[in-house]
Amino acid sequence: MSMTDPISEETHPVRLRVNGISYDIDIPPRRLLSDALRHDIGLTGTHVGCEHGVCGACTILVDGKPTRACLMFAIGAQDVEITTVEGLTRQDGTLAPVQQAFKDCHGLQCGFCTPGFLTTIAAGISDNPDPDQEQAREMIAGNLCRCTGYQNIVASVLRAAELQREEDAS
Amino acid sequence: MKPAPFRYERPETLDRALAALAAEPGAKVLAGGQSLIPLMSMRLSSVPLLIDINGLSDLAHITVDETGVRFGAIVRHSDLLEHGGAREVQPLIAAALAHVAHPTIRNRGTTVGSIVHADASGEMPMILCLTGGSLTVASTQGRREIAATDLFIGPLETSLEAEEIAVEAFMPALAAGSGIAYDEIARRHGDYALCGVGAVVTLDEQGRVTHARTGYVSVSETPVIVDVTECFDEGQVDERSLTAAGELALGQLDPETDIHGTSDYRAQLARSLTARVLRTAHEDARARGAQKVSA
Repeated sequence: MSMTDPISEETHPVRLRVNGISYDIDIPPRRLLSDALRHDIGLTGTHVGCEHGVCGACTILVDGKPTRACLMFAIGAQDVEITTVEGLTRQDGTLAPVQQAFKDCHGLQCGFCTPGFLTTIAAGISDNPDPDQEQAREMIAGNLCRCTGYQNIVASVLRAAELQREEDAS
Repeated sequence: MKPAPFRYERPETLDRALAALAAEPGAKVLAGGQSLIPLMSMRLSSVPLLIDINGLSDLAHITVDETGVRFGAIVRHSDLLEHGGAREVQPLIAAALAHVAHPTIRNRGTTVGSIVHADASGEMPMILCLTGGSLTVASTQGRREIAATDLFIGPLETSLEAEEIAVEAFMPALAAGSGIAYDEIARRHGDYALCGVGAVVTLDEQGRVTHARTGYVSVSETPVIVDVTECFDEGQVDERSLTAAGELALGQLDPETDIHGTSDYRAQLARSLTARVLRTAHEDARARGAQKVSA
């Protein structure tokens, strides 16, 4: 094969359920779920950092549980419900508690890592509605941020849990 | 950071998975993929055919009885960690699983997959050895059971044949009168351990140590289990016996220098952690004994 030949690969029809919507795409088996979400479906909220499961930027929810989108093949994700950061925002466009909390507490600067934090924390406060400092740190231990120094993100976790509790109580 | 092209099959029965594997030497089995997919993305592993076993619901079981805990090849770390029955019968499983990567990785990664990945810095291969467990593997020729002691033959290398799939792991129940502990030192909680140590201590009715063994992560090429019973010849857990246990263990370990720590530092961690986990396992055995008497 010369450099100018297009790379041809066998593709498969794949149906993904993302944020409650079904998407039919045609992809090779090696397509990572993170790339399928961004390139084939066009949901670019899921960010791709290290691409080997270390940084956590691509974290999505698979059946409600935080999962690395770069450590799954899209072809193997046809029997699960996927939630991306886009799916956290409410139908009416208002911010979810975790998104509001990041805004309130300056939980982001450049924002690159933020989608992975938001999905992780959304699931985290659903499991544990009233985390303490230590539990908040443990919740985000698998996500890297190079701007904020984490203090504001820990504050955001606590604030998100508080907003969620207020919402659940009303 | 994209994997090379491969063909993909997602069989609906184990027999079809085994036939696919037998027909394609070099094919790889995908369960959780939390180790395999990074290796493929970094092009350290090239796979002609990927056989995805996540559709094999027969391999999703966790079965607990008085003999121990059995779990299938697609049981996620997180499900095993949260299983109350498994925690009760063999508490070493949960004690170590809490240190396996980060929760997000545990949601997808499988414990059987982690065992057959056979990374000496992985917790669960060592725990399979420390509990005296075994692995059931299947091929088109039938099934066989491999004792943990015969499973790990080198870094990332097991005694599985190319056409075999690991279908189930078994970890025996904690013996009566015993206690456990696991601890590790990592640069960041959830990262690979610089050194990890597990311990099982068994006491007689007078509270004297009758049996003690330790298991090591990240300080040898394959999981190492050391019987340190002889260090407790007077049945007491004290500075002398704990120091002796650390020295005995170090004789069988081979801590290496790498970017994360020197050989000497890892040796020191192995020494201190050996004492720490033996002490904790001893307390755990006493607490479990007391609990049993009061019950």
